[in-house]
Amino acid sequence: MRILRLVSGRLLSMVGTLLVISLLTYLVFVLLPSDPAQLSCGRPCTPERLADARAFMGYDQPWLQQYLAFLGGLFGGRTFGSGAAAVHCAAPCFGYSFQLNESVTQLILDRIPVTFSIAIGAAVLWLILGVGAGVVSAVRRGTAIDRVAMTFSTVGVSAPSYLVGLLGILLFGFTLNMVPVNGYVPLTEDPVGWLWHLVLPWCVLALISAAVYARLTRGQMLEVLGEDYIRTARAKGLRERKVVGRHALRNVLIPVVTVFGIDLGSLLGGAVITERVFSMPGLGALLLDAVGNVDLPLIVGVTLFSAFLIILANFLVDLAYGVLDPRVAR
Amino acid sequence: MSTDTHLAPPAPARPPSLARRNGARDFGRRLIADRWAAAGAGAVLFFLVVAAAAPVLCAIAGQDPYTYDLDALSESGVPRGFGGGISAEHWFGVEPMTGRDLFAIVVHGSRTSILVGAGATAVSVLLGVVLGITAGFYGGWYDRVVTRIVDVLLGFPYLIFVIALGAIAPTSLPKPLLLVGVLAIFGWPSIARVVRSQTLALKRRTFVVASAALGAGGWHLLVRQLLPNLTATIIVYATITIPSMIGAEAALSFLGVGVPPPTPAWGRSIGEAIAWVQTDPMFLVFPGAALFLATLGFNLLGDGLRDAFDPKTRGLRR
Repeated sequence: MRILRLVSGRLLSMVGTLLVISLLTYLVFVLLPSDPAQLSCGRPCTPERLADARAFMGYDQPWLQQYLAFLGGLFGGRTFGSGAAAVHCAAPCFGYSFQLNESVTQLILDRIPVTFSIAIGAAVLWLILGVGAGVVSAVRRGTAIDRVAMTFSTVGVSAPSYLVGLLGILLFGFTLNMVPVNGYVPLTEDPVGWLWHLVLPWCVLALISAAVYARLTRGQMLEVLGEDYIRTARAKGLRERKVVGRHALRNVLIPVVTVFGIDLGSLLGGAVITERVFSMPGLGALLLDAVGNVDLPLIVGVTLFSAFLIILANFLVDLAYGVLDPRVAR
Repeated sequence: MSTDTHLAPPAPARPPSLARRNGARDFGRRLIADRWAAAGAGAVLFFLVVAAAAPVLCAIAGQDPYTYDLDALSESGVPRGFGGGISAEHWFGVEPMTGRDLFAIVVHGSRTSILVGAGATAVSVLLGVVLGITAGFYGGWYDRVVTRIVDVLLGFPYLIFVIALGAIAPTSLPKPLLLVGVLAIFGWPSIARVVRSQTLALKRRTFVVASAALGAGGWHLLVRQLLPNLTATIIVYATITIPSMIGAEAALSFLGVGVPPPTPAWGRSIGEAIAWVQTDPMFLVFPGAALFLATLGFNLLGDGLRDAFDPKTRGLRR
């Protein structure tokens, strides 16, 4: 029952957050003086044509109506215009790009495999590398391994991912000819090509964040290893591997999961940067193109979609947290 | 470093400011004894001087970051000569396609980075301290609202939001000012969170309770009792916020939505270097090294300050 109450409570607060975020985002973007109708109105742009374009896109409504129409579109889809010229945007409708003549949802769906491939692979790699390096550093505190790992981590924290990425392209791509330097191959088409194109992006994005996690894990591990229950575990003759791996690591992972939840947003941002470095057609490329073309519905749609995605992912991390630390559920 | 931590008692949670009891001299000695922190301080000082003296340095080099020099380029736009056109005239070589002096661009780029970085940090710290200390002190629904906003903003994909916002913000608004504002909006929550938790711990301490019992008002408690004990934390967090702000500005300029051209910015040069990485790698190396060293310097200094304020965390960084 407690778990149920926890889940429903978190669910409620998540929905509330989504509503507030979407309202604020919508307000910011709608109230700023930028007129998508003006751009699509064509030349010569007579006042009548401009008014028609506005009405077609729904920008002639007051902002609250526009927002409610947007929310309605998310659940029930919406139709722009009427008669023969009408375009339908199926639910969940994150808006309609009048420049690309495509629903924002479809545009996002086309790009999301690229961004997810980068983000998930990098996250797995950085958690393994970061937590691993942190544990080893803590257990072998003060040794050469520890010092090397911590020096790397200080350097890694300060190096921007795109800089490391470009140097990686220069070294492994152009000089050593080991990996492709750009592009993306869908997993379903060619799994080997997919992996091959993603190895360098994963390493680049993972190395930077792994540095942060190595420091965090090391600090936590050192603290936990000083606790009484660890001394008890040692005193009853458990092997060191079991003490560290079973008893200590579980408590170390709790703050790591918390930080990971917070970092999901920057993981998405990092994926955007990585896409630019390796010229991959993901969500970030979509957004940057939309920014270049001032495609307002697409900009709003991608922003809100990203916010929704992160808040949903945070909800899942919260649940994982409950599993890891039974005290949370109480 | 070599003490046996297994037998050491767990470190009591105490505000770093307590280390002040050891005196300012001790603090300074610890900071200087930390070679990495001293190196970081040196790097920070170096970049501050470079940023302040950028026009002087460029005058000495006889260059400016805006003048095209097409003579320094081959037909394909690649700089002539060794290392991207390094010569007595162009100390760091020139920019491909335009032939603008790379030394002048890197030196002037430090101004952009440091001004936006320091500006965004100043606003973040101000907002974070005010909201954090009041939330921790007053508690109740106000605290719950602030904490909730902090949680949401911390997890928010801010880069995507800032990219989007940069595209549609009115052009009359100066871009650096917009960057400072937006970065600060996403920067204050982490400071507010730390300040709030420290305030929660401090407000139950005897000196605060006693002061309240003697009839001190809220303003006095906040500014005279709590704030001085938070100074150490605030200084440390301000120092480590600067490099992350510099990094954020550079990332935005890298993506082409930061400081607009022709104002020099390290991130934009690195972004432009993508197209030239094979033919002119030095165009990537100089701005990249500047960005990396400035960030590293601030990070090392921040770590050193934290250790100097609170010897307990030595070796327990982050």
